[in-house]
Amino acid sequence: MSYSNKVIDHYNNPRNVGSMDKNSSEVGTGLVGAPECGDVMKLQIKVNPQTNVIEDAKFKTFGCGSAIASSSLATEWVKGKTIDEALAIKNTEIVKELSLPPVKIHCSVLAEDAIRAAIGDWKKKQGAATVVPVEAKV
Amino acid sequence: MATEVTTLLEETSAVKSNGEVKLPIYMDNHATTPVDPRVLEEMLPYFTDRFGNAASRNHSFGWAGEEGVETARERIAKLIGATPKEIVFTSGATESDNLAIKGVAEMYREKGNHIITAVTEHKAVLDTCKRLEKYGYRVTYLPVQKDGLVDLDDLKRAIDDKTILVTIMAANNEIGVLQPIAEIGKLCHEKGVIFHTDATQAVGKVPIDVIKQNLDLVSISAHKMYGPKGVGALYVRRKSPRVQLSPIIDGGGHERGMRSGTLNVPGIAGLGKASAICHEEMSQESVRLSGLRDRLKDRIMSNLDEVYINGSWEHRLPQNLNISFAYVEGESLLMGINDVAVSSGSACTSATLEPSYVLKALGTGDDLAHSSIRFGLGRFNTEAEVDYVADRVVETVQRLRELSPLYEMAKEGIDLKSVKWAAE
Repeated sequence: MSYSNKVIDHYNNPRNVGSMDKNSSEVGTGLVGAPECGDVMKLQIKVNPQTNVIEDAKFKTFGCGSAIASSSLATEWVKGKTIDEALAIKNTEIVKELSLPPVKIHCSVLAEDAIRAAIGDWKKKQGAATVVPVEAKV
Repeated sequence: MATEVTTLLEETSAVKSNGEVKLPIYMDNHATTPVDPRVLEEMLPYFTDRFGNAASRNHSFGWAGEEGVETARERIAKLIGATPKEIVFTSGATESDNLAIKGVAEMYREKGNHIITAVTEHKAVLDTCKRLEKYGYRVTYLPVQKDGLVDLDDLKRAIDDKTILVTIMAANNEIGVLQPIAEIGKLCHEKGVIFHTDATQAVGKVPIDVIKQNLDLVSISAHKMYGPKGVGALYVRRKSPRVQLSPIIDGGGHERGMRSGTLNVPGIAGLGKASAICHEEMSQESVRLSGLRDRLKDRIMSNLDEVYINGSWEHRLPQNLNISFAYVEGESLLMGINDVAVSSGSACTSATLEPSYVLKALGTGDDLAHSSIRFGLGRFNTEAEVDYVADRVVETVQRLRELSPLYEMAKEGIDLKSVKWAAE
């Protein structure tokens, strides 16, 4: 299989590789995929609770070159976006940007899932801090 | 022309005086091998001066073609301890497998309808058996043990009074594991069952002797032994027992009625020459290649942890190394060593994401199957190439592990098997 130049660039120079403290209340972690399927992505975001802006993002990926590129690109795109803006990122945009062939579309789906999972985790942490007292009344 | 061939030989042998290697490096010799320049030289006249149809009996052009074919037949027979009349030329091992299995199935239909094979066979065998199931044949797919070998007791139990054929490969194309074909052949002969072996990866690399190993049908391919693509052969035993086949291609009755179609004379001449070279050089070459293979293994394994060899180490082709690099996906590893041609057991390109069925049959977890690389050493690989490949693999695996969430989790002491994965 031949890869697009953008995939090769992300594979050779992955952006934002690393890990953040998953226990921090400002950090949301998304872990998607499964080793048996040949793809696991961990995407983390650090969100400013005042502005809801994603100030930092990190990833680590086990998977093919397209999976690495999709998650690397996802971290680039979510940085500086608000939570709502990041949720609007569609896998089809990743496909287009990286010129992924049909057999690699699942890599972009997984990257979108990773963004959503990370945001979901962060929201849960915020909810735990703010929503719980409300629920306690019920 | 002789000079051209010599130049080609110099180009293909990658020994560089300054110790540097020429890129890209080809180390995927189970997929195919380059044509040996000596083979090419043998073939060329059959495209030009000696172009005649080997079946033309009335003129010298035909005789020249026929002579080329018969010389090749003798050379192949010699390589596997057969007689020339027992060699049937085909278009390759896939056709040979089809002819052997379907040919026996049709010819011996009245005797029985049961065929035994193994789950790690090549698709040319498995899919042929599957087709026969549609036509009312019963097929037993034997499991393999952890080391990739079939259990002879399993085979013994599987044979019944309706069994007409056992088809088990000599050497596996992915893990290079050598099945105990001599013992299987002996068992089949005791039970009066025909034994076919797909020896595509074995012929010319390890000794194959149809008498000593009790083989009845043997599939052979030219392009896995430094011959051309598109030509192969099937050995068909003529006595004790005499094996008969129904043809799968009808026509002019070539190859004693077993395989009609004008013979591919240049290809056959090439297969013959390739066989002669293997016959002469096999013992030396297998020592050299197993030395290189061990060097590759040692250099990789002494620099990386959690690397696993797939399949039996003892019963293996000298050319083969198949290893899994835990926490690294095979295709991404291939991408990192893109100036080296090897292949991966990961099938991330397919819609099903199913990794190698051969590795799965060994009980290798899907995660490790996705992390596997097959190295296939060949006649033209050098020590300098082996060192280069090993170093590239080591540095790429290290880089990808730094990128791998699984490696990070494993180092944190998390048991990956206990994690509840949120698959897509």
